[in-house]
Amino acid sequence: MADQAINISEQKGEFREKVKSLLPDAGNLNICLTCGTCAAGCPATGLEGMDPRKFVRMVALGMDEEVMNTNWVWMCSMCQRCIYACPMKVDIPQMVGLVRKSWPAEKKPKGITASCSMALRHDTCSAMGASEDDFQFVVEDVLEEVRQSQPGWENLQAPVNKEGAYYFLNQNSREPVTEPDEMVPLWKILHLSGADWTYGTKGWAAENYCMFAQDWEAWEHITKVKAKAVDDLGCKVWLNTE
Amino acid sequence: MVRKSFGDPVAEDLRFVVKTVVGEENFVDMYPNKSNNYCCGGGGGYLQSGFTEARHEYGRMKLNQILATGANYCITPCHNCHAQVHDLSEHYEAGYHTVHLWTIICLALGCLGENERTYLGEDLAEVGL
Repeated sequence: MADQAINISEQKGEFREKVKSLLPDAGNLNICLTCGTCAAGCPATGLEGMDPRKFVRMVALGMDEEVMNTNWVWMCSMCQRCIYACPMKVDIPQMVGLVRKSWPAEKKPKGITASCSMALRHDTCSAMGASEDDFQFVVEDVLEEVRQSQPGWENLQAPVNKEGAYYFLNQNSREPVTEPDEMVPLWKILHLSGADWTYGTKGWAAENYCMFAQDWEAWEHITKVKAKAVDDLGCKVWLNTE
Repeated sequence: MVRKSFGDPVAEDLRFVVKTVVGEENFVDMYPNKSNNYCCGGGGGYLQSGFTEARHEYGRMKLNQILATGANYCITPCHNCHAQVHDLSEHYEAGYHTVHLWTIICLALGCLGENERTYLGEDLAEVGL
């Protein structure tokens, strides 16, 4: 880090004020004990010369330049182990999220923003761009093949848009798009347990890259589309396989 | 699912399921576990972020946890975890297999189809066919 002492009066501290105004209990930033329990148990410690404790000290000291420009915020998975272990419950993951949000869209990792944009193209919310028809076709095609080729599974079900089903099941896009056979074991388990379930052509995709991108407007849109899909079919439980 | 949403009781439920399907004597827990466990590094957008080298470095903590168990199979109920834990084994040539929970449940039930065995090792690939 710095060879000289950091002059706090020269730091802007705009991000610190954002944390104070936006996070519940101001993220508990002011009661951090600087103990380092967060850094000791963080897999991202050491990446980019950063760790959670350094990050929090930088925020507290108002070091906007360093805080806002480190790639480390994309190397933290926001898993929340730091706040779980923290004796003062300093909300480091939410601070990381706020920094992600503050990055200009064009500077954010393209893989994440492109997956978010793709999810906005259809009401399926698929980050791989699979449409309602794509999904229904793959499910029905795989189901038909299992019924014909696997003795004893002639009556296997994979309902789509079944109104009033108890469970609304979603699925990571990679299954229907790249390895559709991986959906079958799940169908068999649901069949054997007698579960009343359905897929929906809308809102079936489990992933939400708009959340990872911290694009709040898009994140909210995706969440609302998914919730509406469950409500529209009158399902009681949303089963997320992610 | 455990730390962020449902807490340790759901981790106990998952252990009940896994022990039931593989047999209690074949289950090896990792340390630390449940809410105190470490993230594998597949979540948060990491897999799509382009920071692959950092993701592998991040994942070394999970890799070492898995290797310390000495187990041949790591069961991952989440798709992102599956992708990352599988990639860690390949990248570091660790030799363990990574399977979805649904795979191992259906294998135990005797109903895992021929095309549903991509992630099984040679020792289990033909079991129950």
